[in-house]
Amino acid sequence: MTELVLPHHAAGRRIPLIGEAAIALAFAAAGALGYFLFPDDLAFLTRLIGIAFLVLSLDLVTGYCGIATLGHAALFGGAAYAVGAACIRGISDPFALLAIGLCSGAVLGLVSGALISRFRGLPQLVLSIAIGQLVAGLANKLQWLTGGSDGLSGLEPGKVFGVFGFDMYSRTAFLLSFTVLAITFLLLRRVVNSPFGLMCRGIKDDSLRARMMGASIYPRFVIMYGIAGAVAGLGGALTAMSTGVVGLDSVSFERSAEVLVMLVLGGAGHLWGALIGSVIFMLFEHIVAAANPFHWMTLVGLLLILIVVFAPRGLIGPLTALCARLFSREKKT
Amino acid sequence: MSDLLEARHISFSFGGLQVTRDVSFKLAAGDRVALIGPNGAGKTTLVNLITGDIAPSEGRFFMSGEDITACSIPQRVRRGLVRSFQTTRLFANLTVADNVALAIMQRRGLTRRLLSRATDLPEVKAEWSEILGHLGLLGLASRKIVELAYGQQRLMELAIGLALRPKVLLLDEPAAGVPHDETPRILEAINRLPPDIAVLMIEHDMDLVFKFARRVMVLAAGRLIFEGSAAQVTADHEVRRAYLGSYADARRTA
Amino acid sequence: MGLVLSILTDALAYGMVLFIISIGLSIMMGLMRVVNLAHGAFAMIGGYLASYAMRNLGVDYGVAILIAVLGAIAASVPFELLLYRRIYRNADPLIQVLMTIGITFFIIGIVNFVFGPTVKSIPLPAALNGPADLGFRMIPTHRLFVIACGVVTALGLWWLVEKTEFGIRLRAAVDNSGMADALGIRTEIVYGATFALAIGLGAFGGVVGAEILPIEPFYALRYMVTFLVVVSVGGAGSILGALSASMLLGLADTTGKYLAPEFGEFFFYLAVIVTVVLFPHGLLGKAHA
Repeated sequence: MTELVLPHHAAGRRIPLIGEAAIALAFAAAGALGYFLFPDDLAFLTRLIGIAFLVLSLDLVTGYCGIATLGHAALFGGAAYAVGAACIRGISDPFALLAIGLCSGAVLGLVSGALISRFRGLPQLVLSIAIGQLVAGLANKLQWLTGGSDGLSGLEPGKVFGVFGFDMYSRTAFLLSFTVLAITFLLLRRVVNSPFGLMCRGIKDDSLRARMMGASIYPRFVIMYGIAGAVAGLGGALTAMSTGVVGLDSVSFERSAEVLVMLVLGGAGHLWGALIGSVIFMLFEHIVAAANPFHWMTLVGLLLILIVVFAPRGLIGPLTALCARLFSREKKT
Repeated sequence: MSDLLEARHISFSFGGLQVTRDVSFKLAAGDRVALIGPNGAGKTTLVNLITGDIAPSEGRFFMSGEDITACSIPQRVRRGLVRSFQTTRLFANLTVADNVALAIMQRRGLTRRLLSRATDLPEVKAEWSEILGHLGLLGLASRKIVELAYGQQRLMELAIGLALRPKVLLLDEPAAGVPHDETPRILEAINRLPPDIAVLMIEHDMDLVFKFARRVMVLAAGRLIFEGSAAQVTADHEVRRAYLGSYADARRTA
Repeated sequence: MGLVLSILTDALAYGMVLFIISIGLSIMMGLMRVVNLAHGAFAMIGGYLASYAMRNLGVDYGVAILIAVLGAIAASVPFELLLYRRIYRNADPLIQVLMTIGITFFIIGIVNFVFGPTVKSIPLPAALNGPADLGFRMIPTHRLFVIACGVVTALGLWWLVEKTEFGIRLRAAVDNSGMADALGIRTEIVYGATFALAIGLGAFGGVVGAEILPIEPFYALRYMVTFLVVVSVGGAGSILGALSASMLLGLADTTGKYLAPEFGEFFFYLAVIVTVVLFPHGLLGKAHA
């Protein structure tokens, strides 16, 4: 949890960037672990990373701004389609494709944010769903651009730095995705701990109080939505590049609902929570869902109900409490 | 010099009910005014009208001679019109320091910064330390609001008000719900407000009103029925009948 | 002319199905302020039960409807007692969304485990099968039946809300639950009864509308959005609002399907977005604080 890593009296101020360095190291260690321990599952891990981007993106909007949305996959899938379409039309440089994903995600984020964050409650929820379904409908119907219900397939992005091609073991895809994730995470950590991010959390707590401080809510939320769109767009781009296909599932309502489950499972309002939630959920799905999709639905439903009733703050709550206890014990000894 | 805040013929009706009737008043720099009146007289409605939370059906507001009737809440705050809430409204899940720091950063236009760390701004920290120090809350700086006692939360309302450096400060029952032995703390904090700002306080506690106000306005059934010094107010027959009588009765039975 | 009439009857029938199912949701959202995304899941339970009763137990259509309604209500009781009660009124909308999505997934999984993951048909009785002669035109009898069901439901609800003791309590609780409590109206019981009514109507609509909205494994997810949209456009808690919204959306969707089948869905959601932006509290809804 970010607050624990950097409390007001943290050493972070004396040695700048030490928090960042520690997190970068942790990421590098985790990445190396994944790379060398599970060389056969790199494709799955890459897919997981793609989804983690979407969950982080949702966290910015739902966890930090309190906007309930059930259409977030539109940002991810929209960007994935943009990348796929560009790739088919001959743009093959991975970084150019990433930039396309980032920009199209940001634009989608700004547009949907401009509509959704004007409202609260039911209108907000319905708008988010309607926008998600609108994008899904377009993805299905604009056959010349999206391939309709078949989707886009056979995407062949070029070599990273002109050297590392996308191989069938997903080594390049994994390393690229992981690096982008680490950088994104560090940047987002800055964003949520910035004055801007802090004010978003304040607005989520009490919007009238924030307005009575002189803060305008709407433009702030639209900007946050734009950032969230960019993050989701990166995830969509990486997923499209690493799998070589873009399908309707990437914009589906189920995808939107699932990432919400992941976020809440991990803990909304914490970047680590978003990561933990996506890892646990995806691993769980990887193992269980293959057996029977309806058992999987029953389990997800049950899981969701249990979280809401027993751990509304997600798994990150008990985890941070544990960390805090360990940390204070270390201090004493 | 022109008045910091002026209300001209403000009326407000809601669902056919006239809540505020033709209210006019002026606040000048250094004013310490109390707004009193029986329950349901429309005091909080008047505050909501001034801050822009609701729009008047008729009448206009001016700040330093400029018409602000069409301004939104944030626009008015940026001009120096600040209020506190009768029931505490704070960012419950943030720390005491962050609550005040947000007000300071917002005032200084820092909350647009996306990549600098909120806790890394020394000038902001210096300012919230000073404010919290004044109010005796510095020791609680890293506590979350939900962990505070109610009296401390009331002080936090003042802390945020101070951090916004208001020109006009509206205090909506700053001592409401505070245990009686803690009201002196609140009064002390109010007395230490910068002398050049205008303060309008709604309050039920008459002791507090008499200690604070140099001028008293009485609101009854949405109309300003009296304006004068604290001494005149107790002497005025109409006020006694409209307000103080029932107040005295309530006190006796309480 | 023929095309217009076809569109109108289909739209009317489709709209009535939407109305019968969604009105329960609308009343729940008006009274208990709970965004119940699982409403369609209970309609689905009704559909599965009716199909099972007719095809495996060999009962009549009418009896099957009764079994579906009562069965769905019975199945909903534990959910009401254990889960919904926690989220009535002032809960965070995000919590309501999560819990009711959880319930939806759970029900979909269980129902398909019990009854098997296939499309369920509900055979129509001979009287409703085939066309009816209106003198100038033949239209499917089932369409007429659905429209009649919708009219009866609307009138029945109107009578219940305006003319009965329960309706008085209901309206009192909608307007001011604190006041209702003070007057000695047991809101808990009013909520429970309203919940049962809402679920029952949902199941009823699910069965009689099965020709138009087929009962299939992902029914609860597929139409979740549609029902929510009806309530959002009509305004939570308004019978007339839900009726007009259902008609409007039924007309928009049916016309779209007839005239531009390629982009039907697209125009539907575009219409929804425009309506919600222009009327965030619904066409006939009241703003809740």
